[in-house]
Amino acid sequence: MGQNHLLSVLIFLPLVGSLAVLLLGRDDHEWVRRLALATSIAEFVISLFLLRGFDMGSGAYQLEEFHRWISSPPIHYHLGIDGISLFLVLLSTFLTPFAILCSWTSIHVRVKEFFIMLLVLETGMIGVFVALDLFLFFLFWEVMLLPMYFLIGIWGHDRKIYAALKFILYTMAGSILMLVAIVWLYGLTGSFDLPEIQMKLQRSIVMLPAGTELLLFGAFFLAFAIKVPIFPVHTWLPDAHTEAPTAGSVILAGVLLKMGTYGMLRFCLPLFPDAAHRMAPYIAVLAIIGIIYGALVATVQHDLKRLVAYTSISHLGFVVLGIFAFSNISIQGAIYQMLSHGISTGGLFLAVGMLYDRRHTHEIKEFGGLATPMPVFASLFLFICFSSLALPLLNGFVGEFLILTGTWQRHASWAAWAATGSILSAVYLLWAYQRVVWGEVTVEKNKTLPDASTRERLILALICLLALFMGVASPLFTRRMEATSQNLLQQMQRNRAYDARGAAPAGMPEHCDMPAMAAAPALASAQVARHDSVPERRAQN
Amino acid sequence: MRPPIEDVFRLAPEIVLCFTGILIMLVDPFVSAKNKKFMGWVGFAGAVVALASIFEAARHQGAAYGGLILTDHFSLYMHAVVIGAAALAILGSFTYLEREKLVRGEYYSLILFATAGMGILCGAGELVTAFIGLEMSSISSYILAGFRRDAIKSNEASLKYFLLGSFATAFFLYGTAMVYGATGTTRFEGIENAVARPGAGTLLVLGLVLLFAGLGFKIVAAPFQIYAPDVYEGAPTPVSALLASGPKAATFAVMLRIFYVAFGGSNSIWYWAIWIAAVLSMCVGNFGALVQTNVKRMLAYSSIAHAGYILVAFAASTKLGIAAVLFYLAAYALMKLGAFVAVAHLGGAGEKRLDIKDYAGLSTQQPWLAACFALFLFSLLGIPGTGGFLGKFYAFQAPLLAAREVTAMASPHVASSLVWLVIIAALNSVVGAYYYLRVIVSMYFWEAQKEFAPLEVSPSVTFVLMIAAAGTIYLGLFPNQVMSFAQLSALSLH
Repeated sequence: MGQNHLLSVLIFLPLVGSLAVLLLGRDDHEWVRRLALATSIAEFVISLFLLRGFDMGSGAYQLEEFHRWISSPPIHYHLGIDGISLFLVLLSTFLTPFAILCSWTSIHVRVKEFFIMLLVLETGMIGVFVALDLFLFFLFWEVMLLPMYFLIGIWGHDRKIYAALKFILYTMAGSILMLVAIVWLYGLTGSFDLPEIQMKLQRSIVMLPAGTELLLFGAFFLAFAIKVPIFPVHTWLPDAHTEAPTAGSVILAGVLLKMGTYGMLRFCLPLFPDAAHRMAPYIAVLAIIGIIYGALVATVQHDLKRLVAYTSISHLGFVVLGIFAFSNISIQGAIYQMLSHGISTGGLFLAVGMLYDRRHTHEIKEFGGLATPMPVFASLFLFICFSSLALPLLNGFVGEFLILTGTWQRHASWAAWAATGSILSAVYLLWAYQRVVWGEVTVEKNKTLPDASTRERLILALICLLALFMGVASPLFTRRMEATSQNLLQQMQRNRAYDARGAAPAGMPEHCDMPAMAAAPALASAQVARHDSVPERRAQN
Repeated sequence: MRPPIEDVFRLAPEIVLCFTGILIMLVDPFVSAKNKKFMGWVGFAGAVVALASIFEAARHQGAAYGGLILTDHFSLYMHAVVIGAAALAILGSFTYLEREKLVRGEYYSLILFATAGMGILCGAGELVTAFIGLEMSSISSYILAGFRRDAIKSNEASLKYFLLGSFATAFFLYGTAMVYGATGTTRFEGIENAVARPGAGTLLVLGLVLLFAGLGFKIVAAPFQIYAPDVYEGAPTPVSALLASGPKAATFAVMLRIFYVAFGGSNSIWYWAIWIAAVLSMCVGNFGALVQTNVKRMLAYSSIAHAGYILVAFAASTKLGIAAVLFYLAAYALMKLGAFVAVAHLGGAGEKRLDIKDYAGLSTQQPWLAACFALFLFSLLGIPGTGGFLGKFYAFQAPLLAAREVTAMASPHVASSLVWLVIIAALNSVVGAYYYLRVIVSMYFWEAQKEFAPLEVSPSVTFVLMIAAAGTIYLGLFPNQVMSFAQLSALSLH
């Protein structure tokens, strides 16, 4: 197999860019910004080549790269992507230029360090999504915390230190047990290499006793649950989001939260399918609590940024629910929702950041009637709100719809409860929008606010365009996820064949009698290839 | 019978160290005050030559002086760690001593003598030799700790260290006597054979306990850690750097020999002692460090915690465990030395700038220094990509893998205790994250409040920081060479 270095290039390009920025003069702010932007755009362009190299018919890891790294214990530099990570990589490379653009004028102090941190963060994010060695994954997972920690701590708002410490300690506390689990898994399987471990577990070369599996699952799941965050361990999120600078919030909400759900799909499900099945009802309950609780708390926020932060808890609850419903459609929906949440919540944070740049406050009552001084901004903001509250034809709808459909087929009651979240999202977003944008201008200062500048229009318009594109052209995305999610479910099934409770709902036909809407093509194709009849594509690997 | 000439080569590092130390002592009175600085370079040269002479010793491996000193891979590896640490500590002292007006030749001689003692500890093949090494390094360190004669804290440090240290060495000697009484020998192999015979009994166990108390003092493991914060705080900071890295490494070396070789067949006797000491050290160290405001004290508590992590690897009782201890010691020596040298530099005249709050805004004043210090702290914390992380990784890995082997031998009790040990260690490292991050918070997130003028970093300090930083990253990203040598060393212990 010829080695393709595309993924390595993607990992190290931002790092090289950050070193180049480091060499620039301290006060050369303009060039620092330009160089950082150029790097991140180049990164995005290069990442588009992934689409060309990606074979959408295969659910296996692609564009793999494999080098020896540490000899004892055997740890490899092993990279690869599949339908889950492909778009998350693209999401990361897509959002980073926006993070840089939105900080163009709002960061005045230690400009150079700021952009270095953003680029290093990008390296970490890509690394997390493409690493196929557990050790390598953990390395990126932890290292990525540091730039975010500095972003919040140095360039954050009033309570930045508290938020930064809370963020990093929470995440570390979760991930340290994952490290123990990784080493334990190595002890059981003799490998850190994910595909190899998957193979050994699948073919029952290594059998995990039920108790061990549950413990390992728990250790991995806790780390990811904190990152997502799932309901009882979510308290770091509102603080971190609120205190972070706009760019930090965009990346945090857009990409970092997805690492939790990505980890569940990548590790928890395929490695520990029985434990996942056993815990699924409990996790689903937590996810539903998260959906409703997040939405209700968001409704009563008087701080706009905190409100957006709580919407993430609600939206990510959908993703977790979709994952643990174990249906092909709901998992595709979960992946889709991860992307679309990245775009729409990223957009919301960008918009809120623009307001903050003008007024240096996030208080909703400080605004009101902004449609009068800022008409362009108001309409673009509305569009993003619509995309976030899942208006049909926009991106948010596809994800939520697929998740709810897939979940409904398995557990109708879960879907019924979760669906209330969709209604609530309209409540909190539209109500907040109404208070901020409509009505009379109540605060004198707001009368003279400048409308969105060209740079800001460009940022918001691009986000809106992508939201629309993802809403109407969802098959372009779901077609590439399909094989992977089938493959994933199939792996889980195969493992369960050895389980005494083997009567899994695998054979259940997936009824799909929904109206043909934006998502219909994806659903139709998903139905054709039900996961009990998937050809053995995996075997070719 | 005269010992063969080869034995001289086997002991080459110690001989070089002692000769340089004596040379400095002899020449020093004839050197005028303004040329005293030169003595430092002599001391550094001595350490570097000693480091190089390890290669000479490596060509003559074997037992020297009828088995009193063992020159094997293990000993060579530990020599490299200990002497390397000493060389960096000497280099890191130059500007400190000048600033504190303490430039005197005997400082360097004492460091060299202490290092020679540590070298003997690393190679000792029997208990009395180990005791001599222990005393050599201890007595020199007592004086070094009190080297700031005008500072009350330094006097206090020296006195405390001396009083408690004498107890510890006395315990060690007493333990040696008991082991001798029980087995009729002080040689490790001899003890090993005697332990294998049934009926050695209480005396042996008592001896082992006393030995452990003596050694536990030097590795700063709880419950023998009480002195450490005061001593590390009071001692001149470069000396604290040496104390935290060198003696700890050397004592762990001799401890490995005593526990794994001499008492290797009966790890059931010492397993729980190590287990408890590990848990206590981690908890006392980490929770103690949480409330410190003085950076030196904080680093002292962190030193206790790290002794705990190393004991976690120690408790594995496997070859992999030994290798993990050895790797950890190398990584630890580098990062701790780097951190203390940075603190020594930042302290300013009279060591005034030691409070965590005083570091506020350091990252804007001196970005490179702050970055180096941050790197050492991240390594102590265990962020992947640094030597500290891999050290911890290996330290966690060894007991977990050992637990599986033990389970196979059907003693679930020990197996689960090993797993719990790792979990406790893991949770402790999160507690640890808090206090290391506090320093980072101060350096990076706070604006400077009290104005401390930025101190120019001298070339020697820069060099030490660069070496330590490069080594920390090297061990974190490319551990293969050091780890394979550590594994080779572990195999040479038998």
